[in-house]
Amino acid sequence: MAVRERLSGNEAVAYAIRQINPDVMPAFPITPSTEIPQYVANYIANGEIDTEFIPVESEHSSMSAAVGASAAGARALTATSSCGLALMWEELYVAASNRLPLVLALVNRALSGPININADHSDSMGARDSGWIQIYAESNQEAYDNFLQAYPIAEHKDVMLPVMICQDGFITSHGVENILLEEDEKVRAFVGERNPEHYLLNPEETLAVGPYAVSSYYMETKRGQRQAMINARRVILEVAERFREMTGREYGFFEAYRMEDAEYAVVLIGSAAGTCKAAIEQIRSTTGKKVGLVKIRVFRPFPEEEIAAALADVKAVAILDRSEMFSATGGPLGAEVRAALYQARGRAEAVNYFYGLGGRDITVEDFCQVYERLERIAAEHEITDMYDYIGLRSR
Amino acid sequence: MISDKINENTPWQDITEGNKIFQAATSREFHTGEWRTSTPVWDREKCKQCLLCTPVCPDSSIPVKEKARGDFDYDHCKGCGICAKACPFGAITMKEGK
Amino acid sequence: MKKSLEIRWHGRGGQGAKTAALLLADVAFKAGKFVQGFPEYGPERMGAPITAYNRISEEPVTVHSNIYSPDYVVVVDDGLLENTDVTHGLKEDGAVIINTEKEKEEVLPLLHDYKGAVYTLNAKDISLKTLGKNYPNSPMLAAVVAVSGAMEPGTFMKEMEASFHHKFAKKPEVIDGNMKALEMTFAEIAKSC
Repeated sequence: MAVRERLSGNEAVAYAIRQINPDVMPAFPITPSTEIPQYVANYIANGEIDTEFIPVESEHSSMSAAVGASAAGARALTATSSCGLALMWEELYVAASNRLPLVLALVNRALSGPININADHSDSMGARDSGWIQIYAESNQEAYDNFLQAYPIAEHKDVMLPVMICQDGFITSHGVENILLEEDEKVRAFVGERNPEHYLLNPEETLAVGPYAVSSYYMETKRGQRQAMINARRVILEVAERFREMTGREYGFFEAYRMEDAEYAVVLIGSAAGTCKAAIEQIRSTTGKKVGLVKIRVFRPFPEEEIAAALADVKAVAILDRSEMFSATGGPLGAEVRAALYQARGRAEAVNYFYGLGGRDITVEDFCQVYERLERIAAEHEITDMYDYIGLRSR
Repeated sequence: MISDKINENTPWQDITEGNKIFQAATSREFHTGEWRTSTPVWDREKCKQCLLCTPVCPDSSIPVKEKARGDFDYDHCKGCGICAKACPFGAITMKEGK
Repeated sequence: MKKSLEIRWHGRGGQGAKTAALLLADVAFKAGKFVQGFPEYGPERMGAPITAYNRISEEPVTVHSNIYSPDYVVVVDDGLLENTDVTHGLKEDGAVIINTEKEKEEVLPLLHDYKGAVYTLNAKDISLKTLGKNYPNSPMLAAVVAVSGAMEPGTFMKEMEASFHHKFAKKPEVIDGNMKALEMTFAEIAKSC
């Protein structure tokens, strides 16, 4: 039986870490992810787990140490946010190209500048091309559930890629909500032990990790990395199926909420999905209008065909980005969803919104207005710009 | 030999995961001596076997056996000339070419 | 109680408004509710005005926005009334609960013509009488439960006692005082109805 609890998102992830009891956690504190290593350090001090905690002098070092530990054969992880992730930039690529199955608990926070501590996706979106699998959460429950699925995905022999488990800073990381926790033994059986095929501390095998690759090898190596990301699609779904068998909770690349008959859809990532769901229920119960949501869970690998299929029958779609891209057109999710629709000869009108930057709130009322706008766009074939804003002050 | 298995004609499917190399001391197989444009020449008569040259060689190309150095390992010597500078007795001279 | 309640807390950094919101979430959770307790973070400074929120519901809560039309507002520091419109958006069938040593008539003019119910509580006085120190959190928590009916007072008292026994396992002498503070608060709120 699952245990009914109420935890913050940071507590939930730390709880998952305690249950998994990984081998090595190097970490450096940064708001709003600081609590995760704090709680883990408490678990270690109380003798509940025997994870080797390494207090390092920067995030450059925490990711470097995690890379080293993972190459040595350990199950490694770290946690960070915002500028901490930025300082790891080089090592993110090293971890992915060396095919090291480590896990990063990312608490999404706006990147400077201007300096800001609140939720947006500019940190992880900047790292979207680093070769990491990226999985996002709407709620504390999902942050916990995603973390439990991280190592089985990362360490699968057909994948061997690092995984970033993302949740929205403060909104879920510091918000207390009801949550269902799985029992320790069940979690340990589900996640299992890491049994690396090749590792540096193996006395039976000589091994070099991370050699220089001249141009006659680099491109082939990158193609191999791409194959791992392609394989991850299958493995993510297999792990989700095993997770459903254990918990009854279903996960896929995204959640299609009230999409069976939807004419107007929103596509977004993260905690705002819950607010959007409340708007959908309100609109459907008061007006009967057929509105739905595609909440992206897995952004890397990008489920292009599945998203296009989910949006095949809608009249208009609003794609919401919580991250600037400074392309002078749309945002990253907007660009990729539009490309997916184009590739699938999608007929839906599409508008891309920026919202929630630097923690700007988004409300049920905001979503109601988005759906009204979608209806107008579909009815009048109103010409739309590539992008618009929600909640931006403007003259 | 690793170079028999993976080389510049290897398709991407056969490159090891993350370029991992499962063999020790593979650098021996790579003959960096081919890069040499000037070559150290050892004069056994002038050499006092002080061994100051050996530790400064960046390519471990001065073999030592029973407390005495032997001739250069020209398969790996890149001809950098550090040994010639280090020798106090003028026992190593650099000549043009291989 | 309504099927779902939204509560907004006003306090200052370091005063415990965030802790009180989390405590309320805790006790409501134990009473079987679906809960949210979350702070709104600005620059992290001791003494700066802060806002914290609760949602308490019979149904799962998915909304992740701040609360703009709360059912109840709790003001932990009456000094905030001068510069903060604490009743902004507050429903008229709701109530504002203010921790103050002043009489209700003195604070009313600071409430921007709010038409709903106004409760004042001298949490400092209750805390000093029962605990000998100024810890306003327990009285304010009891006050919001008494006013909102977020849960049965009996359930609330039982859960709070259990939580005090857990929290103060090494200082059992303060458990009675805390329980008395809750009781006195319920009595005070009943008087002002």
